[in-house]
Amino acid sequence: MIEAQGLTKIFKDKKRGEIRAADGVSFKAQPGQIYGLLGANGAGKTTTLRMLATILQPTAGTAKVAGYDVVDDPEKVRASVGFLSTATALYGRLTAKEFVEYFGRLFGMEEAALQKRIDEIFARLEMNEFRDRRCEKLSTGMKQKVSIARTLVHNPPVMIFDEPTIGLDVMTARTIVQFIRECRAQGKTVIFSTHVMSEVEKLCDTIGIIHNGKLLAEGTLPQLRERYGEQDMEEIFVKVVGE
Amino acid sequence: MKLKNIAVVYNKERTDMLRDRRTLFNMLLFPLIMFPLISTGFSRLESRFREKARKEAAQIMVLGAEQAPELAGKLRASGKFEIVPTEPDYKQRISDKKLRAAVEFSPGFEQALRGAGAQAPGVTLYYYETEMRSEMAVHSLEEIVGEYRKDVVQGRVAGHGLPAAALTPVVTKEQNVASAEKVSGVRLGAIIPYFIIIFCLVGALHPAMDLTAGEKERGTLETILASAVSRGELVMAKFLFVLTTSLTTAVISLASYSLTLKFAPSASARGVAKDFTAHFSLQSVLMVFVMVLPLAVLFAAALVAISLIARSYKEAQSYTGPIMMLAIVPAIASILPGIELNAKLALIPILNVSLVSKEILSGSLPWGSIALVFLSTSF
Ligand SMILES: Nc1ncnc2c1ncn2[C@@H]1O[C@H](COP(=O)(O)OP(=O)(O)OP(=O)(O)O)[C@@H](O)[C@H]1O
Ligand SMILES: [Mg+2]
Repeated sequence: MIEAQGLTKIFKDKKRGEIRAADGVSFKAQPGQIYGLLGANGAGKTTTLRMLATILQPTAGTAKVAGYDVVDDPEKVRASVGFLSTATALYGRLTAKEFVEYFGRLFGMEEAALQKRIDEIFARLEMNEFRDRRCEKLSTGMKQKVSIARTLVHNPPVMIFDEPTIGLDVMTARTIVQFIRECRAQGKTVIFSTHVMSEVEKLCDTIGIIHNGKLLAEGTLPQLRERYGEQDMEEIFVKVVGE
Repeated sequence: MKLKNIAVVYNKERTDMLRDRRTLFNMLLFPLIMFPLISTGFSRLESRFREKARKEAAQIMVLGAEQAPELAGKLRASGKFEIVPTEPDYKQRISDKKLRAAVEFSPGFEQALRGAGAQAPGVTLYYYETEMRSEMAVHSLEEIVGEYRKDVVQGRVAGHGLPAAALTPVVTKEQNVASAEKVSGVRLGAIIPYFIIIFCLVGALHPAMDLTAGEKERGTLETILASAVSRGELVMAKFLFVLTTSLTTAVISLASYSLTLKFAPSASARGVAKDFTAHFSLQSVLMVFVMVLPLAVLFAAALVAISLIARSYKEAQSYTGPIMMLAIVPAIASILPGIELNAKLALIPILNVSLVSKEILSGSLPWGSIALVFLSTSF
C-alpha cells in the first residue's frame, strides 16, 4: 500500500533557479496491483519514486508506504520496500551472489533463509550462469537482473521500480515484465515508472500521467480511454500533456 | 545503531577494498617496499661516493712552493693531493671545477717564519664554496697547515725553555652523560613517529575517498541508502574500516622498516639496526602505537567527513590535499633538532604525538605529557 499526499520536491539550482521536480503529487497504490507512472524525460518520475524510497526528503507533503510515514519512519519504510532505479548501481568488485547476499544480511535475514531465497531468485531470473562473476564484468541485462534480485531478496511488500526495462533487449525485458506480474500475483504493491506506452497498456492496473512535476491524470486504462475519447495510450498521453 | 549491521558493512568493505588494486598498493605493497628500496638506494650511493672519494686525490696547485719548501714538502708527503704544475689561471680552473683548490705562500714565507719578525707570513687558500669536493680539499689543506703551525709554535716554546703545558693553561674535557639508549633513541626516535604518522595518512586516504565520494560517483551510494542500514551505521562502519587500513599500513611500514634495517647491506644501517633492537623494547613501540591511535582516529574521521562532502573522487582529492599538508608539516617539524616537548606544544595536534613518541622511543616516559597528548588528541 502506498499513499502519497501532496509530495513536493523543490531543487535549488544556481543556474536554473528553483525547480519543482515534484509538485503536490497525490495518489494511492493498492496491494496486488501495479501502479504505472507515465511521464516524459524530466517529468519528475524518478524524483517522486526516490521520495517514496526515502532517499530524498520531501520539501512538502508526505507519503505512507506499507503503513509507515516516509518522513517520520524512514528506516521502517526502507525495510518494507524494494527500490530499483537507473541510479542504483552495483558494487563492481563484488560478485552477483555476494552483492545480493550483502543486502539480504543488511535486512537482517537469517543465513539459511537467505541462501534459500537467493537460490530461488537466481533460478527464477536465470542468473546462475553468472552467479560468481564480478558485477563490473556483467552485461546491462545481467546487471539489471542482479539489481532486481537485490530489491527482492528480503521479500518486501512494496516494490518501487524506476524504468526497470530501460536499455534491455526484448527477451530480457519480457522476463522482467513477467516477473513484475508475479510480484503482483503474490499480493505486493508495485509502482513503476516508464515512458514506454506499450508496457503501461499491458501491465498497469492504474495509470498516473505526470508532467512538469504535476500528476495531471489518473485512472485505469478503460477510464482514461473513455475520458479522453482515444483508444491508443500514446494519443491519450499527448492529449493530457498538451492540455 | 545495530552492531550487526556495522559488522556486515565493515566485512563487505573489506572484501571490496581488498579486491581493489589501489588499496593493495597503498596499504600493503607501498609501505612494504619503500624502505628496502630507499635503503638499498642509499647504500649504493654511499658506497659509490666512498669509492670515488678514496680513488680521487684532489688536484691542487701550490703557488710559491719555493718560498716554503718545508710546508710544501709536507703537502706532497701527505698523499692526499695531486699537485699539478702551476698555471696563472688557477682561479678560473677552480671555478670550472677542473682544479679543487690552490695554496699560495706569501713571499719570503719560511724566512719570515724563522726570523719571527713583526710581519707574520701568510698562506692563502683558494677554493669554491658549495662545491663539495673543493671544500673537502681545502679542509685537508687547513688541517696540514694547522699541524705545521702547531709544530712551529711548540718549537718556539721549547726554544724559550718553557714546558709544552705552558701552551694549554686550561684543559677542557667533554663527557657525554646521555645513555647509549638516549642517543640512538633520539636519532631514530625522531624519524619513526614521523613515518608512522605519514603512513597512517597514506593508508587512510584512498579508502576514505573511495568509500564515500567514490561510491557517490559510481552510484552505489543510492543503492545502499535505499537499504535497511541507517546512515549512522554506514558512516561508522566506513570510518572503522578506514581506521583499520590506516593502522595496518602503519604497522606494515614499521615492520618493514625494522626488517630493512636488520638485513640492510650498508654498515651504517646495520649499526642503526643494532641500536634499534637493542634499545627499543616491544613495549615502547606498542606505547607509540597507543599514542598514534587517537591520531589515526582523527585522520580517519576527518578524511571520511571531508570526502563525504565531495561528489566525486577527484573532488575529494582536492579537498584532502590541504589536509595532508596540514598533517605533514607538524610531523616534519618534530624531526627538527631542538624541538622538545613542553606543555604548550603538547596541545598542537600531530606535532605533539610525534614529539611524545620521540620521547618514548628515546627511553624516557614523560607520563604527564603522555596523558596530556592523549587527551588533547582524543577530544
Ligand atoms: N538532484 C537534483 N538537483 C537538481 N535538479 C534535479 C535533481 N534531480 C532531478 N532534478 C531535476 O528535477 C526534474 C525532474 O527530474 P526527474 O529525474 O525526476 O525526471 P524523470 O521523470 O525521472 O526523467 P527521466 O525520464 O529522464 O528519467 C528535472 O528537471 C531534473 O533536472
Ligand atoms: Mg528518471
